[in-house]
Amino acid sequence: MVRAVRTVLTMATATRTPAPQRTPPGPPRRPGLVRTLWGSTLGKKAVMAVSGLIMLAYLVAHMLGNLKVFFGPEEMNGYAHWLRTLGEPVLHYAWFLWLVRVVLLAAVVLHGVSAYQLSRRDIAARPVTYQHRRPRASYATRTMRWGGIILALFLVWHILDLTTGTVNPRGQAGHPYENIVAGFRNWYADVIYIVAVLAVGLHIRHGFWSAAQTLGVTRPGAARLFKGGADVLALAITVGFLSVPVGVMTGLVD
Amino acid sequence: MSDERRPNRHMRLTLRIWRQPDASADGGMRTYEVEDISPDMSFLEMLDTLNETLIERGEEPVAFDHDCREGICGACGMVINGQAHGPERTTTCQLHMRHFSDGDTIDVEPWRAAAFPVVRDLVVDRSALDRVIGAGGYITAPTGSAPEAHATAVPKPAADAAFTHAECIGCGACVAACPNGSAMLFTSAKVNHLNVLPQGAPERESRVLGMVEQMDAEGFGGCTLTGECATACPKGIPMPSIAAMNREYLRAAAKR
Ligand code: HEM
Ligand code: SF4
Ligand code: FES
Repeated sequence: MVRAVRTVLTMATATRTPAPQRTPPGPPRRPGLVRTLWGSTLGKKAVMAVSGLIMLAYLVAHMLGNLKVFFGPEEMNGYAHWLRTLGEPVLHYAWFLWLVRVVLLAAVVLHGVSAYQLSRRDIAARPVTYQHRRPRASYATRTMRWGGIILALFLVWHILDLTTGTVNPRGQAGHPYENIVAGFRNWYADVIYIVAVLAVGLHIRHGFWSAAQTLGVTRPGAARLFKGGADVLALAITVGFLSVPVGVMTGLVD
Repeated sequence: MSDERRPNRHMRLTLRIWRQPDASADGGMRTYEVEDISPDMSFLEMLDTLNETLIERGEEPVAFDHDCREGICGACGMVINGQAHGPERTTTCQLHMRHFSDGDTIDVEPWRAAAFPVVRDLVVDRSALDRVIGAGGYITAPTGSAPEAHATAVPKPAADAAFTHAECIGCGACVAACPNGSAMLFTSAKVNHLNVLPQGAPERESRVLGMVEQMDAEGFGGCTLTGECATACPKGIPMPSIAAMNREYLRAAAKR
């Protein structure tokens, strides 16, 4: 039925010999949404943007939660306990936390895999460098890949330190305050955290505004908001996270 | 400009130019001296001067692409001192030698991207851009006599946006400048040019999906939003053009 109508239209409007019919007739079938997105550079970048924003939202909450350390062991440890009872009695003990962990794990994996695949592609698309080199792009822009690798390594260390307690000098479950203080009394733990936090700050500075563009923010007002927001977020996250090791180092947190 | 710059023919330059006999041969930078270069010459006229001396000496002239020499065809791409089309935001044919000084050494290289293989010397094959256009950068309409101009009303903002994007001349400077060899700025200019117009509306989704698919298939890299493309573009296609195409793409992918 539809086909008949289309034929009539073609005959009525064409001024030249119609092009040979494609077989099969009709528009070509396109793959599904997920295949389309994952199969294209734009789609994969959108996956990277959304997963990055999910991690960023978590980081903001995580940073604010960490500030509890300045109010003493009861408040910090009580807060950690509350995180595990959150959602009860609908949820079982610690289910909320596990839900968050599952979402974050998915975000990290999707983000890392798309970053890796897109980076491979980008490097292959420019096989020859120019003989005449000149400085390019901002520091935050140029360090996205190395910064991301630093962050991935840091994640492993961070989980072994303060989640499982494996590499923490104290590593006592249910006592994050004491674990944090014990950990940050080691200079190498401080160095690792400071480097990672600076890396995440830079990553967010380019990443947040990038994500807005990847997801299609075009209006000048909104663009200014996201550009400025990237700087504010990066600064807040950096200062907020840095305050904890600095607090322990200066004896403010003890 | 000071008076000692007259008489006009006075610059002496050292050129380091990429020479490569054909696509499969190895290439390298070769050094040449040129004299009597007037500041009023275009960069291409300066290369013409070099080529005349090369021909007189019985050497192969430097191959470079050019056609209109008035900044509208997009053929004359080359990277000058590491910048696509050189230090000014214009095409190489519209770049004048007054932007260089007597005694300068100038590096000249072809566009570098996996999707732009070198044909010879400074000439690259940019037909990948044509295939991206072929995948949707047109409107399907019956040909014949021109339609009545008032038949389709175009809102002023849409007309302005379309004109901004229609300025793209397909030169490929954006690809050459991009550290990822990405054609996002070019493709976004072509997609937005038609997608903002009522005439482009019927194929709005298939256009962006098809052109992005072709762009990827040609081996261009992805966008990391470094902004090098928009800085290099001689026609001022702006960065938000890319975000606008991203939006069109996500919208089309969800709608399909
Ligand atoms: C697993 C470790 C990580 C790796 C390997 C990684 C790598 C990358 C890379 C290569 C990019 C693209 C950079 C570019 O466009 O030039 C990127 C973008 C981004 N990253 Fe990460 N990253 C990691 C962790 C994080 C974290 C913890 C956050 C949360 C704050 C984050 C947020 C973002 C955002 C928002 C973007 C922008 C996406 C876009 O351009 O549309 N990333 N990441
Ligand atoms: S977007 Fe600009 S730099 Fe890229 S092809 Fe078009 S005119 Fe050239
Ligand atoms: S020769 Fe046509 S734009 Fe330069």
